Amino acid sequence: MSTAPRQNRRRSGFLLGFGLVALLLASGVSYFADSSPDGLEAVARQGCTVVETAQGEQLRGECIAQSTTEHALDSSPLADYTLGGNEALTGAAGAIGFAATLAVAGGLFWLLRQRGAERD
Amino acid sequence: MSTTTVALHMSDGLLNAPTSLLFGAVAIIGVGVALTRARSDLDDRAAPMAGLVAAFVFAAQMINFPVLPGVSGHLLGGALAAILAGPWVGALCVSIVLVVQAFLFADGGLTMLGANITNMALIGTALGYLVALAMRPIAARGRSGLMATAFVAGFVNTVAASLGFVLEYAIGGAAGYSVVTAALAMVGVHSLIGLGEGIITALTVGAVAGARPDLIHLLRRRRPLADDAAGEATMEGTS
Repeated sequence: MSTAPRQNRRRSGFLLGFGLVALLLASGVSYFADSSPDGLEAVARQGCTVVETAQGEQLRGECIAQSTTEHALDSSPLADYTLGGNEALTGAAGAIGFAATLAVAGGLFWLLRQRGAERD
Repeated sequence: MSTTTVALHMSDGLLNAPTSLLFGAVAIIGVGVALTRARSDLDDRAAPMAGLVAAFVFAAQMINFPVLPGVSGHLLGGALAAILAGPWVGALCVSIVLVVQAFLFADGGLTMLGANITNMALIGTALGYLVALAMRPIAARGRSGLMATAFVAGFVNTVAASLGFVLEYAIGGAAGYSVVTAALAMVGVHSLIGLGEGIITALTVGAVAGARPDLIHLLRRRRPLADDAAGEATMEGTS
């Protein structure tokens, strides 16, 4: 009879560990991420040269990225995984993102679970 | 100005307006189907894990790794989420990550959200999961078989998602750059990123299998819900 609580403890122990690993990735390991353009960005820039102008970077030539525009929320406090543009706080931005994703996903899956249970 | 984006997240303006709307509709239909089908996969055991899988995918997507000089990539996570939580829940996990990234972190254009969800949450997850399903007899054989399955599924997930981009650019790319050149470059780079995706997917699934193999959706036996509850009770009784 005492096996069920032990099972539950083991279960929540694993979930806690899994969550901690994710939080550590977002808040700590994220500092070591490669800052080079990613695959799509690199391909999208093929054929263009980046020119620094007074208005910021501009693309000259012909490439996929030429038609792209600034993100509508580019001035938001968490833009580009920083806090107010401060890259030293990427880890904090990551922790916020981890918490926000967990809250949205956890909430959605809890709701779906409730509705599924009602139907049973 | 910072132009940092993460792999396969399209910026606003990359596709023309009709194509953006078209893939917005595709994403709404796909996510809608996933919402209705996910319910049956979310029992008391799977539901808390599913939320953490989404948070894990968000975290892992922050870690860009180098693939070529000056080019990086990162996990997309569709195959990983589908193996751990099932294809419908998995598609929702990646969709939630993309919504959080677009609205909180200005990563991935708001008008491109539909196309980005189509590629990474729907196409990548579906193809990755189909591969995992086809390899399930190998995955069920043991941990190394499971990890090999996860590796191949992760690789296919990334390449399939990049082909989704090629399709969208071919239909309605706003720039004049050659589709064929773009397709070759995209698939080439994403084959390399796919190796990284495969390795991370295999290591993560392997770690979960070592601690809690019962939490891996791919390894679950298909049984009616009532039988499942009885089976769990028996397992707890014998342990």
